[in-house]
Amino acid sequence: MKRETRGVVVVGGGPAGLAAALSAVEAGCGDVLLLERDIRLGGILNQCIHDGFGLHAFGEALSGPEYAARSIDRVRTHDIEVRTGSMVLSLSRDRVLEVSSRNGYGMIRADAVVLAMGCRERTREALSIPGSRPSGIYTAGAAQNLMNLENILPGRRAVILGSGDIGLIMARRMVLEGASVEGVYEVLPYASGLPRNLRQCLDDYGIPLHLSTTVTEILGKGRLEGVVVSRVDESRSPIPGTEREVPCDVLLLSVGLIPENELSRGCGISLDSRTGGAVVDETFMTDVPGVFACGNALHVHDLVDWVSVEAAEAGREAANWAASFRRGKEPEVPASLPVKAGEGVRYVLPGRLRGGRDTVFSLRVLAPGRNRDVVLRVDGRDVLRRTFPRVHPAEMLRLAVPGKDLPPGGLVEVVSS
Amino acid sequence: MERRYDVLIVGGGVVGCAIARELSRYRVRTALLDRERDVGLGTSCRNSGVLHSGINYTPGTLRARLAVEGNRRMHALCRDLRVKCRTIGKLTVAQDEEDTATLARLLEQGIANGVPGLRILWPEEMRRLQPGVEGIRALHSPSSGIVSPYALTVALAENAVTNGVHVHLGQEVLDIRPRLPEEGGGFVVRTAAGDRFIALVVVNAAGVFADRVAALAGIPGFRIYPCRGEYYVLDKRFNGVLRTLVYPAPRPRHPGLGIHLTPTVDGNILIGPSAEYVEDPGNLACTAAILRKLQEKGRGLLPDLAGADFIRSFAGIRAKQSPPEEGGTRDYIIEDRKDVKGFINLVGIESPGLTASPAIASMVAEMVGRHLPLEEKETFVSCREGRREFFCELSPEEKAALVAEDPDYGEVVCRCEGVTRREVLDALANPLGARTLVSLKYRARVTMGRCQGGFCLPRIVRILRDEFGYDPEDYLLRGDSSPLFVGKVREDAVLRASVPAEGVRP
Repeated sequence: MKRETRGVVVVGGGPAGLAAALSAVEAGCGDVLLLERDIRLGGILNQCIHDGFGLHAFGEALSGPEYAARSIDRVRTHDIEVRTGSMVLSLSRDRVLEVSSRNGYGMIRADAVVLAMGCRERTREALSIPGSRPSGIYTAGAAQNLMNLENILPGRRAVILGSGDIGLIMARRMVLEGASVEGVYEVLPYASGLPRNLRQCLDDYGIPLHLSTTVTEILGKGRLEGVVVSRVDESRSPIPGTEREVPCDVLLLSVGLIPENELSRGCGISLDSRTGGAVVDETFMTDVPGVFACGNALHVHDLVDWVSVEAAEAGREAANWAASFRRGKEPEVPASLPVKAGEGVRYVLPGRLRGGRDTVFSLRVLAPGRNRDVVLRVDGRDVLRRTFPRVHPAEMLRLAVPGKDLPPGGLVEVVSS
Repeated sequence: MERRYDVLIVGGGVVGCAIARELSRYRVRTALLDRERDVGLGTSCRNSGVLHSGINYTPGTLRARLAVEGNRRMHALCRDLRVKCRTIGKLTVAQDEEDTATLARLLEQGIANGVPGLRILWPEEMRRLQPGVEGIRALHSPSSGIVSPYALTVALAENAVTNGVHVHLGQEVLDIRPRLPEEGGGFVVRTAAGDRFIALVVVNAAGVFADRVAALAGIPGFRIYPCRGEYYVLDKRFNGVLRTLVYPAPRPRHPGLGIHLTPTVDGNILIGPSAEYVEDPGNLACTAAILRKLQEKGRGLLPDLAGADFIRSFAGIRAKQSPPEEGGTRDYIIEDRKDVKGFINLVGIESPGLTASPAIASMVAEMVGRHLPLEEKETFVSCREGRREFFCELSPEEKAALVAEDPDYGEVVCRCEGVTRREVLDALANPLGARTLVSLKYRARVTMGRCQGGFCLPRIVRILRDEFGYDPEDYLLRGDSSPLFVGKVREDAVLRASVPAEGVRP
């Protein structure tokens, strides 16, 4: 069995992994290895043939493959070893990765590891939708892969459950390919996708959005024949008597994403129950020294642009760690304290803070609202207050805070009111 | 098309497949018919996968005898067929004095049935076997265990085919007509696919449809009352939480053994089954009320359980002879009909049919032997080829050696279950020729994990396209009426083959 020792090993060749690998090599690590399980780099961006990527990063509306290509081209011009078709099966606390590929099965010991495995979609089961089990039920992302990469049409009459961005984009995509979309059903009283996707994918194509409504039964023995939808009350329980049967031959689920963290879990990394990703400090380091996390494996982002920005930071920190590790000393990890997601805030990143350095906080609010203040408190003192004309759980908020405002050992809380 | 056999088995569940495999030892031309596109798609794949010890059945009944004998023979059978089977023991737990009396009765019954090693335990002893169990007493049956029900059914059928049995899938029986002695005797069986099968002996192993099949042969008077059981499958992260089976003490007249947690040989946990009589034996729908109840039950026993840990729900049907107003269970009927010569009738083979299947098969073979000479053949291959373990269960050294030999082992197709391309290809090369997504799932575990195919479905689609030139319409979930897709997005699109070139650069 092949055994190697490497500097920075990046797990995942999607936008986060690409950005992390690039920044690691730019920060001076001469031994960066990027592992991707698919046969090509780019991750989920490869199946995202719609545009709108890169508005913040490049000031252009790129397609997914175009956005990915910019990073892939840069990776090719740098001294980064890339192995595609390589699946990491496990990661140990002393940073040994078990890797399987057609070229062989081996162990890689890394000075630093960046986890960028992305996320997976919630399934029918996570929602416990009762009924039969016919064919024709897919997550929106799987349907996107089949349509855009495999030339397969999953159905001709679609119902979409959940107003997540992928579901909205797939609603438009199905219509563009001649299918009909009976409607998008959302259990919440507001849409969970980005406002721009609601406009561009539903409004522009006349696809109805039904809020406070969900699928309460699946019908059909062989192939899907229809679904029953019901209105729900404030506690999201179906209201009896509101059932309506909607005929369809395909049901696409866009009901949330779950950060992919089986490797992290196997390695004993602490996970945050709210983000589903690792608990990291402001250097993106997890509580296993030398293991960093970024991208949608860390928390599900609204825009890929922010994925790239965060992952670049994680890659840089991983390179720094690897450099000190190579110099023969296990770098010391300064103490960190938990950051509290206070009132009105669903989660905030970083989840732990060392303090004393410039930090960008990422957060999501619990509910939509107008003219909301987001306040960052250190030891009970407001150090930053910003008013947002409009906040929405679909949109991530980012707050840059200078290091001087974040003393080491300070107790930090973020609230939205 | 007309085909002639000595024995025709109707129904490819675990019982039909065990009979087929047993008969494949002998020089008799045997065929098995199933209405689905694979074996085991009915009750046999939709149960707890428990190897029962035999404590729950009235002494002297067929059920009791066949359960105990089947249990005794299951390990050797599973070893030969390379099917996972583990004896982990079972605790039947009493919560009150009434339950304790039930345990005493079960103990006595179990001893009478010849179940080995039974003991009544005090709370400390039962908690040593399974921490966290609450109750005042428990009956420990050490011979209880778990087995993969679909792996066993598939393995029995595949081994039968290797030994010369013909398995005809997609053959729903429409008509069974006894032939006159001057025609040569036996039966003519017509199927919905338009085929005719002529056989001297017909075995009715049709499970929930056994009453209908008996009626087709002119035997009235049987009625199966389908009784649905719903389950949840839990994420593998709870693997190891349950070291032994834990059941509540059974309640009289309840049509099942009660909702409980069952570990599977693959490392998941099942919650279930409920018990509810339904009209239609094909009604495999899950219901909101039961799912909610199962979730509550699961959360009560595993407080750490999150929504995403419920990775699948499913329902199975018990083939009960006892109507709802009677409840409970009745004894198995396994009869060599005197009135319809050559018709061997199996009715009401509900739990523990999986456990009893090897013993049922011997009993039926003996009945067949009254009609036909059963000469053993020297060419019988009792062991199935291939590995018992999945690739992901091997040691790193073993994995490395396999990948070096065959790169298809290095390519992971199903991320959640760690299934490799080689394992998918092996599953596709099955002797039955079954190629549906469910067939692949039951052979290789693809789509069975926490993402339920979100990751591997497109990869499986590519493998089928590369290997067999599939078009979008060719992919099936489980049968002809369940196509996965409806067509192409673009008629003239050109797709690349998916197997990567050797090399490391993108």
